[in-house]
Amino acid sequence: MNAGIPLNYFLILATIMFFVGVYGFLTRRNLITILMSVELILNSVNINFLAFNRYLFPHKLEGLFFSLFVIAVAASEAAVAIAIIINIYRRFTTINVEDVNVMKF
Amino acid sequence: MEIQQSMINFSYTAWIPLIPFLIFILLGLAGNKLKPRLSGLIGTSGLAVITVLSYVTAWLYFFEGGKVGDTYQKITAINTTWLQFTENLHVDLGVLLDPISVMMLIVITTVSLMVHIYSLGYMKGEKGFERFFAFLSLFSFSMLGLVLATNIFQMYIFWELVGVSSYLLIGFYYQRPSAVRAAKKAFIVTRFADLGFLIGILLLSFNTKTFDFITLTSTDGPAIAGSGGITFMGLSVITWSMIFVYMGGVGKSAMFPFHIWLPDAMEGPTPVSALIHAATMVVAGVYLVARMFPIYVFAAPAALEVVSYVGAFSSLFAAVIACTQTDIKRVLAYSTMSQIGYMMFALGVSGYGGHEGLGFMASMFHLFTHSMFKALLFLGAGAIIHSVHSNYMTDMGGLRKYLPITHITFLIACLTIAGIPPLSGFFSKDEILAAAFHHNKILFAVEYAVAGITAFYMFRLYFNIFWGEERHYHHTPHEAPATMTIPLIILAIGAAFSGLIPFNEFVTSDGKAFETEIEWIVAVPSVLIALAGITAAFVLYSKKSLVPDRLAATFKYAYKWSYNKFYIDELYLFVTKKIIFRYISEPVAWFDRHIVDATMNSIATVTQFASFRIRRFQSGQLQKYAFVFVTGIVLLALIFIYLWK
Repeated sequence: MNAGIPLNYFLILATIMFFVGVYGFLTRRNLITILMSVELILNSVNINFLAFNRYLFPHKLEGLFFSLFVIAVAASEAAVAIAIIINIYRRFTTINVEDVNVMKF
Repeated sequence: MEIQQSMINFSYTAWIPLIPFLIFILLGLAGNKLKPRLSGLIGTSGLAVITVLSYVTAWLYFFEGGKVGDTYQKITAINTTWLQFTENLHVDLGVLLDPISVMMLIVITTVSLMVHIYSLGYMKGEKGFERFFAFLSLFSFSMLGLVLATNIFQMYIFWELVGVSSYLLIGFYYQRPSAVRAAKKAFIVTRFADLGFLIGILLLSFNTKTFDFITLTSTDGPAIAGSGGITFMGLSVITWSMIFVYMGGVGKSAMFPFHIWLPDAMEGPTPVSALIHAATMVVAGVYLVARMFPIYVFAAPAALEVVSYVGAFSSLFAAVIACTQTDIKRVLAYSTMSQIGYMMFALGVSGYGGHEGLGFMASMFHLFTHSMFKALLFLGAGAIIHSVHSNYMTDMGGLRKYLPITHITFLIACLTIAGIPPLSGFFSKDEILAAAFHHNKILFAVEYAVAGITAFYMFRLYFNIFWGEERHYHHTPHEAPATMTIPLIILAIGAAFSGLIPFNEFVTSDGKAFETEIEWIVAVPSVLIALAGITAAFVLYSKKSLVPDRLAATFKYAYKWSYNKFYIDELYLFVTKKIIFRYISEPVAWFDRHIVDATMNSIATVTQFASFRIRRFQSGQLQKYAFVFVTGIVLLALIFIYLWK
């Protein structure tokens, strides 16, 4: 990795991605889009892991491995989430999250 | 503890209580699947088996192996640790054989067998026939376990068990509110008295470090030889504990002031009254005092005084009430109370060893003969009630033509209880009076008067039922079936001749035989006063006459007080309802309802109110939740970054 790029750049990129994800998660009504927002959040965290690993402990690999775990978990989470979304669609014939509101008082 | 054990192995006696227990389980669990007649026969034949076993045991004990030298030993036939709490504190179950427990075996199994046979006829066709026999077996088990107890805690356990079986049997006709009330009353009153018994046991065993009867009653044991130590109000702690133990006996034996349950207990079926409330359970109190007798004599003479005065007063009190009651079973109930008072009194005036122990022997003797003739009286009363369908002697009269066997056996029983020689009651009552004569002349005079009153009220009963004018009956009264008359005849033979058993050779306070003879200076006047009582009853009640009513009018207040049982029940009701309930229970109930409950209720109300307010937050909108969550995280992050230094 090029040592010329300062750490701050990575962190700023990760922060932007994170809050874009949060914003998407809170505002989008389509469940698939919400799922995509969650992926954004997870990936911003991955960038943080890699950047800190590279700049703070260049001779160790924990950050890299942690990112691999996060990617694996994200993949399985996507599988489960899509299965749930398909079931919701069958049940309500919609994936608009505002219409899926029977679990309440 | 025992220096030696007998040659004979008595361990089979464990089966004597166990067989009725097994039958109780069988009939209790499977009774409704069996034919009623079959379950009755199972119960009766099981009892016949243990009756034979008991007679064999008595024969072996008294004639073969019970004696060492000239003294009957206390034999621990079997003893197992049942509950082990610590090294020294353990509750055992076992079988203790000594003259009084073997005698009680005979009494219980004989009367119980007669009652079983009688019930086959008396209860025929009743709903719950098999339940009745299951309860009878439970009672037999508990009573046998009580008398065979090796230690005072085992006795207490079985003491409560007989209380339960008595409760179940009094309340046998549970559809009848009066029976339910009577059962509750009996249970609560005796249970209250048993509280005293328990306190007594705890005090006694705390001071002697043992429950075991043989250790407790041996003359060099901790209860008698140990130093009295603490005293309270001038009496040693052993004396207090024996008074408390006696309180349990007072409750179970229906002595004044805990007698109020016994007359009401007559709501139960008549065979039950004969078995439990006349012959066996109610003498448990006497048995208890007899079992602890050496402690009473040597370590707690003041408690023994209490025993004698309570007994004497109860016998007089009950005899006076019995003179005016009209329910024949209630007359017999008061008569039972009076006779048990006699037994208690006899124990109270007894000493220990040899001729000094005359009262002890007389008490056990009277217990034995009383169980025979009182069971006979109750079973006879049952036969009469069975034929005229009423408990009240105002509905009876002239029955001697219709019920010849019942009439003869009832007459024998009345003569026996009145103490006419050579029937058994004469001998046992004579021994009691003789013991009293040597000990306390005032109490002797009381008991002497009671003997006359007894003869009077028993023959009042007899003449009212069998003589006098005939009443209008629904159908012609008929003699009871053979299953009912045969027990009557057997018990009549027992009542007539059991007085000839030389009790002074078998059942004595220290196990050694001693000489007795009839003391004519006591015996002749007692027979005379009994005859006077009978004559008075004959004059008043054998024919229709106005004299009894006129007498009742003359002694209006005395009659009224006696008829209303001296208002003891009302006194109890007054004390409980007007004083205890109003001034203690009601404030406590108010506190519970308005303070304790109110605190809990207000907590619940506040929680519910708050929940209603915040439940709108749960909208089902996923993104609203997420927004709250994210806001919270951001806030927490800000707090950690800027405020957490």
